[in-house]
Amino acid sequence: MRAARVIAVVPAHNEAGAIGGVVDGIRSLHPHFDVVVIDDGSTDDTAAVAAARGAAVVSLPFNLGIGGAVQTGFKYALEQDYELAVRLDGDGQHDPAELPRLLAPIERGEADIVTGSRFASGDGDYRPPLARRIGISWFAGLVSLLTRRRVTDTTSGFQAMNRKGIALFADDYPNDYPEVEATVLVFKHRLRLTEVPVQMREREHGQSSITVVRSIYYMVKVTLALLMAMMRKVAAPAEESRR
Amino acid sequence: MTPIRVSIAASIASLLLLLVVLELIRGRRLKEKYALLWLVTGIVLLVLSAWRDGLNTIAGWLGVATYPPAILFAVATLFVIVVLLYYSTVLSRLADQNTILAQRVALLEQRLSARSGGGPGEVDGGPPPAVSETR
Repeated sequence: MRAARVIAVVPAHNEAGAIGGVVDGIRSLHPHFDVVVIDDGSTDDTAAVAAARGAAVVSLPFNLGIGGAVQTGFKYALEQDYELAVRLDGDGQHDPAELPRLLAPIERGEADIVTGSRFASGDGDYRPPLARRIGISWFAGLVSLLTRRRVTDTTSGFQAMNRKGIALFADDYPNDYPEVEATVLVFKHRLRLTEVPVQMREREHGQSSITVVRSIYYMVKVTLALLMAMMRKVAAPAEESRR
Repeated sequence: MTPIRVSIAASIASLLLLLVVLELIRGRRLKEKYALLWLVTGIVLLVLSAWRDGLNTIAGWLGVATYPPAILFAVATLFVIVVLLYYSTVLSRLADQNTILAQRVALLEQRLSARSGGGPGEVDGGPPPAVSETR
């Protein structure tokens, strides 16, 4: 049996310093993966660096925000008929060495989407700042309550998915801080989501776009979005509604 | 009773609003679709301003008979809120369409450069490229 075609989706906004290492890391550990970098309206050399390291580069004409960028990657994966997709952040937080563990439950047919969770195991040494921790546990609690499933890390963008997951996210993916709402979306569409514990590294370059004031704004906004997403009727299954 | 001067001033203001809206439509600076709510606003305000008995009667129903012009403010405010809300929905839709457009342009550009350059962007097994034999 031939290996499934896998695409690594890497959203990047002004990550010229880190993106080369991310692409190299994926390609050296997993030579059979294709890599697509979504350059989210960067003003630095992100696109050029990524292309030079052998990634396909999709350059958005202006900054769409993380949700719009990631969705572009899934649209690309759907268009190019990839069977599996993994998503890693362009800042080097996600370790490509953990990808096989994310893909394993999908390859065993046990899940449609797998999230790498910093908190699933409990022994991770990742300690986000306080404001971040409050936000993370608020959403983990709320999402677990809404979906009646235990979700420990709703803000992780370290994910793997099969064709069903790709089709869903290509069709509908939330905007800012999208991972939280996406979890509810996955649940509403009755796809199977699993978490596996992972370690995340510190950012290598630049700084997180999330500040305390923004955290509060996003908490309110995303909470509203979550409640609305739960109340919204689900459209026809994404797979059939496309193409 | 409504003071006559309030009626005159309010009528003139409503007329001006109507004229400005019509002029904007004429000059193609405002689409009819978005102008309708403004026209309705102007007409309703004009009617309430000029038809003094009507304004007094409505004020009586709502318990502000001592100062009927309050109804003009209330109606104007209500319409402004409705117009703003409507514009928010328009804006949201435009933002969505803008996102979809940006994504489609970016994907097409990528496909184009992958095809012509045959560089690192090239991906095998995609949707059958019309000019695949050029590789």
